[in-house]
Amino acid sequence: MTDLHTSTLTELAAGLRARRFSSVELVRACLDRIEASQGTLNAFISVTRDSALREAAAADAALAAGGGGPLTGVPIAHKDLFCTQGVRTSCGSRMLDNFVSPYDATVVARLKAAGAVMVGKTNMDEFAMGSSNETSYYGPVRNPWDTSLVPGGSSGGSAAAVAARLVPAATATDTGGSIRQPAALCGITGIKPTYGRVSRYGMVAFASSLDQGGVLATTAADAALVLREMAGFDVNDSTSVDVPVPDYVAALEQPLGGLKVGVLKEFFDKGLDPKNEERVRESLRVYERLGATLTEVSLPNLPLSVPVYYVVAPAECSSNLARFDGVRFGHRCENPRDLQDLYRRSRAEGFGAEVKRRIMTGTYVLSAGYYDAYYLKAQRVRQLINADFVRAFQSVDVLIGPTTPTPAFALGAKTADPVTMYLNDIYTIGANLAGLPAVSLPCGFVDGLPVGLQIVGPHFSEARVLQAAHAYQRATDWHARVPRGYA
Amino acid sequence: MSGWETVIGLEIHAQLATKSKIFSGSATAYGAPPNAQANLVDLGYPGVLPVLNAEAVRMAVKFGLAMGARIATHSVFARKNYFYPDLPKGYQISQYELPIVAHGSLEILLEDGSAKRIGVTRAHLEEDAGKSLHEGLPGFTGIDLNRAGTPLLEIVSEPDMRSAKEAVAYMKKVHTLVRYLEICDGNMQEGSFRCDANVSVRKAGAEKFGTRAEIKNINSFRFVERAINYEVERQIELIESGGKVVQETRLYDPDKGETRSMRSKEEANDYRYFPDPDLLPVELDAAFIDEVRKSLPELPDQKASRFARDYGLSAYDAGVLTASRELSVYYEDVVRAVPHEAKLSANWVNGELAAALNKENLEITASRVPAERLAGLVARISDQTISGKIAKEVFESMWADGASADQVIESKGLRQITDTSAIEKVIDDVLAKNPGQLADYRSGKDKLFGFFVGQVMKATGGKANPAQLNQLLKKKLGS
Amino acid sequence: MALTREQIASIAALARLDLSSSEILVYQNSLSSILDFIGALDAADTADVTPMAHPLPGMSQRLRPDVVTEADHHEQYQQNATQVAAGLYLVPKVIE
Repeated sequence: MTDLHTSTLTELAAGLRARRFSSVELVRACLDRIEASQGTLNAFISVTRDSALREAAAADAALAAGGGGPLTGVPIAHKDLFCTQGVRTSCGSRMLDNFVSPYDATVVARLKAAGAVMVGKTNMDEFAMGSSNETSYYGPVRNPWDTSLVPGGSSGGSAAAVAARLVPAATATDTGGSIRQPAALCGITGIKPTYGRVSRYGMVAFASSLDQGGVLATTAADAALVLREMAGFDVNDSTSVDVPVPDYVAALEQPLGGLKVGVLKEFFDKGLDPKNEERVRESLRVYERLGATLTEVSLPNLPLSVPVYYVVAPAECSSNLARFDGVRFGHRCENPRDLQDLYRRSRAEGFGAEVKRRIMTGTYVLSAGYYDAYYLKAQRVRQLINADFVRAFQSVDVLIGPTTPTPAFALGAKTADPVTMYLNDIYTIGANLAGLPAVSLPCGFVDGLPVGLQIVGPHFSEARVLQAAHAYQRATDWHARVPRGYA
Repeated sequence: MSGWETVIGLEIHAQLATKSKIFSGSATAYGAPPNAQANLVDLGYPGVLPVLNAEAVRMAVKFGLAMGARIATHSVFARKNYFYPDLPKGYQISQYELPIVAHGSLEILLEDGSAKRIGVTRAHLEEDAGKSLHEGLPGFTGIDLNRAGTPLLEIVSEPDMRSAKEAVAYMKKVHTLVRYLEICDGNMQEGSFRCDANVSVRKAGAEKFGTRAEIKNINSFRFVERAINYEVERQIELIESGGKVVQETRLYDPDKGETRSMRSKEEANDYRYFPDPDLLPVELDAAFIDEVRKSLPELPDQKASRFARDYGLSAYDAGVLTASRELSVYYEDVVRAVPHEAKLSANWVNGELAAALNKENLEITASRVPAERLAGLVARISDQTISGKIAKEVFESMWADGASADQVIESKGLRQITDTSAIEKVIDDVLAKNPGQLADYRSGKDKLFGFFVGQVMKATGGKANPAQLNQLLKKKLGS
Repeated sequence: MALTREQIASIAALARLDLSSSEILVYQNSLSSILDFIGALDAADTADVTPMAHPLPGMSQRLRPDVVTEADHHEQYQQNATQVAAGLYLVPKVIE
């Protein structure tokens, strides 16, 4: 029983099917580890012990009867912006501290249907706005590799939980890097699929044209398995794409020979920590040994991706978050004098500082007289960045580079200046703007801290980027390293 | 008010008669208990997303085709951002830069009988808001979101109307059209069809428009006329007394018969429109548009000219009979039974029947005299069983008792007397009883002819065939 | 681009956020520096470039059949609301 937490999700699912251990045993072990870790990591906002144990018992019964799906009995955590019926969905915000969703997000429903057991809801930057998990109303999450450091964000709780082996996998969302950046900083594997691949129905919206649900796990193979179960067309999401979901697991073992890797010139800029760069260059040599060919490619407009993002994302967020007005759900101020007071105080009290900053930035860039100069201009530059990617993928299969400029940084190091914080997502935002699938996987350490390698592919090439990540993980063992104290 | 010209443009909101809402599967039926028809999408719950109703798109295209407008093969939904309690998401999903329908026009008939073309700038799809209830909740306003998300077609005219009467004629025209197309029930009391009027005045001959005021949410033809007339007078008086019209939103108060400023809506009208990222561009191909075109019914203007042509009606009568689809159907049901009396049928439908309906404020579909019975009455006039005058009496009984024309004629013995000898006998009696008048007539008082007609009619209870009576009386008096 | 206190106050009013005067100062500084940062976009030549509103070009809106699929759940949905009466959501009296 002691090695359950260091097993991969794929191994656990097989073990449950072979009935080497029960789901109740496994889930209880996870719950115990979660509770023991809360004081130091603060990775969870809600732990659903009772319902998890009930579901685990039902999973055991199903397995005993010879039934069950691909994930039956496997414990999993959901980022707390996926709506979960009957369970608080807070989005890391005081605004939704008392909000109990009356419905399940499509992702939650699909994983439930595949047999997964939800053990809790993970901590996150408030409304997914942040790169360090320090904007959460429920306090910051800490990095399991060094608790004085941030885990990254916004899916910091999911990343820390997987890195500390509290759960074998967790759902997450990525608007500008919120899956990949914490995966890199926590030394785990995360995939942000193609925009439209995973339903957004039931994901509390931050920036609708950028948000995409995905998964954090310890290996690419586990990510492939969970993604296969959560992806697919959803009639409730107009931006969901009606393209069949390939079997990402079955495709993993295809050989890499002849893979054309583009080495993105703009990813190796002056902001990249030289030690991080070393790890990434070493990884590129691993790919060469695996039979890939490397070519340098340039996306000249990519350096503008962060400014584009900080127009488009706040604009959409200012509108998406207008529904939080204290009337139908969410925080309502005490004794409002009048309607405007109800709005202004409920929102001022319910939202934290970074969320307000983005709402105001977005309100400004959409307002009369500034729309063309900011919003339309940004959408035009977005088109240029997209065109750069399209051009690059005419000559290469995937683009590989660093996920972040540096390893994890200290709590409080970047909170004073929002722009410094925003620049942490400089390598990840491009994939969101163009809607591309991208993986981050561990590729070594700098001063004892994990470094992330990013693989970006063209639309709907999840199978290909997961293959590339899987091949690397067959050749290396960085993904198997566990933070001290959690092994 | 001479020396001033009024300029009016209307924004008509027609609720589309879909079963479900524009972006959700909630019912759109009127009158449900509060919030019983507001689902998670209508309530703007966190995480939910809109999916567009095909029927709303089809209905918008239908309207566009019916007024000869351009149908956009590429249109875009945008968010109009503002805070209001009846607007759950804090934005309304509407169409802004690329509406589904643009550049149409409709023709209205002016009082002098001439026609005028009113341009329709655009018609776009959007979602309706909920309702605020101010009664019975001291200190609070209650919000019912059943109406939120009901599909609306907003039909925006050019500022082409020059009087309240023209505005009403245009509004009636649109009303008729949407009901013909069966895309809106047109129920103004329930708010299914309402309008905002943009009103300004300028010195006659001036080129520039004056500053306009927008009168919001007027829900009857009568109120449109009154609100505009009030507003025009207000603006002229204001300018003439040295003041200035300010661009603002005003509300018409039907009880006081005046418009007043709605400052609450003025506070922040920076709507920050941008394309809704939750919805993709609506792309319509030629096949879709053709399919809708094939489903178009005969339109009011087409029907009116057919009526004029085939039934020999005046443009006015044809216009009245086609003003509602139901009325035109009623009329054609009558004519089908008495095909050789199309003109007479029109007179009856537009005359006695219309008056009777009006008196009781009934729709044609609720007429106490159904079409086949009215046809029965027309047939009896046509075959001279009764005179036109008696027919009015018969109609009254039919209306009151629900009987057929023949039943009334039989039971009341109203059959017309066409027997020459019978009429002659009555004439002889009348002449015998009035020797003085007879002598006067013979000495040249021609006017007394009418007196004798009246006496005969009185004696026969009005049943003598008038033409025969005339002819026989002339013969007797001339001999 | 430096924003004034008045500009921050009017943005906050438009966004319905009650801000204290010290908060206004904080946002005045940070929004100004964000706008400077965003200003990098000016350098891009975007003449004749169509704005990109959506990351999957070429996709169009799917249409849903006109079918009622929802039942009345207002009691359940209103459990998340602080003030309701007689099925209505309550807000302080609105004067039109």
